[in-house]
Amino acid sequence: MANDPIHQFQISRWVPIEIGGLDFSFTNSSAFMVATVVAAGGFLYLSTASRGLVPSRMQSVAEMSYEFVANMLRDAAGSQGMRFFPLVFSLFMFVLFANLFGMFPYFFTVTSHIIVTFALALLVIGTVIVYGFMKHGFGFLKLFVPEGVPGILVPLVVAIEVISFLSRPISLSVRLFANMLAGHITLKVFAGFVTSLGAMGAIGIGGAILPLAMTVALTGLEFLVAFLQAYVFAVLTCMYLNDALHPGH
Amino acid sequence: MFVVPAYAQQEVPAGQDAAHGEVIEGTETGHGEGSFPPFEPASYPSQILWLAIIFGLFYLFLKRVALPRLGGILEVRRDRIAQDLDQAARLKQEADEAIAAYEQGLADARKKANLIGQKARDAAKADADAERRKVEAGLEKKLAEAEARIGEIKASAMQDVGAIAEETTAAIVQALIGGSVGKAEVASAVRSSSK
Repeated sequence: MANDPIHQFQISRWVPIEIGGLDFSFTNSSAFMVATVVAAGGFLYLSTASRGLVPSRMQSVAEMSYEFVANMLRDAAGSQGMRFFPLVFSLFMFVLFANLFGMFPYFFTVTSHIIVTFALALLVIGTVIVYGFMKHGFGFLKLFVPEGVPGILVPLVVAIEVISFLSRPISLSVRLFANMLAGHITLKVFAGFVTSLGAMGAIGIGGAILPLAMTVALTGLEFLVAFLQAYVFAVLTCMYLNDALHPGH
Repeated sequence: MFVVPAYAQQEVPAGQDAAHGEVIEGTETGHGEGSFPPFEPASYPSQILWLAIIFGLFYLFLKRVALPRLGGILEVRRDRIAQDLDQAARLKQEADEAIAAYEQGLADARKKANLIGQKARDAAKADADAERRKVEAGLEKKLAEAEARIGEIKASAMQDVGAIAEETTAAIVQALIGGSVGKAEVASAVRSSSK
């Protein structure tokens, strides 16, 4: 119990709200979503307040994030894809700030809940499907029939393509969720070793040095993972959006 | 991460923890073996609702405020750089034109200077020639005068030579034969012998 690594993912009601038998309470998860959004939005808003022709440091960071995502989207989906820029940028900033917020001790990690990442992934796939059908009508279904496939193989290939398309929201959400969850559990377990060994006296304190070093190293790794997963989420979003724009491959 | 054990929840029954609020059923630790908060459907409606609201607002804020502003900043900078480059190119062209004009002026001036120098040289040469000719003419005149005087002097000297010869002859004759000889005789004798 003292070192329960799962405790950090627990959700507690702050403002209980119940509508139609469903629980819509404002929870610690909701609060950290607000914090994430306020931090990300506040950063982007305040750092660009002076609109400097020569950017300050913070403005430079905001501009870098803008161009980073813009280039990512343009490379993956072409200049037509820029219509989705606000969506991709919001997703990237939300996931990045949520992941980084999770790195603070005692903070809740919004992206460590599968339902959050799955909802974001569904948003992406939903956008792809809706926009794909809106723009290409049934031509969007060409996505599942690659050109140059022999007639006999078509049903098999189509089946594979459909399964791969349907598994996208799952892989997209599970990748982010599992990375955050596993990283935080690992950190917690190693940090727990430090306290439990430390409680065992002089020898224990000596022995605690190893898990302490491990915890420090893992913290660094987790910061990398926090950024990397936000990047991966955004890149895959760009690639899926490319399918909606150019379904014929 | 690093959430230290919830002693509060061990001591205080769930639902009375003022600091953390009520724990959603199944997501509380300790109770119900094998429960795992991320896989507790009881918490899903709340998370989905608040995610939709909060992410929706975030999206709108970025789309309406933050991104246009950032994009505007970048565009203004790009325009400004392009404008500055254009201006630099224009100034360079102006400088090139000025250099060309300067070179042209220099070449003209050099040509003109050569012309003036040539003219001055020619004029000086003409002056010098005229002067020399004048001097030469003067010298020649003086020479002629001098020659004429020499001729006069020679002629008068010759005349004087005749008179001296006559006197000398008369003296010699007187000394030789004693007695005087007529002046006219002596003169004709001298003239005939000197021819």
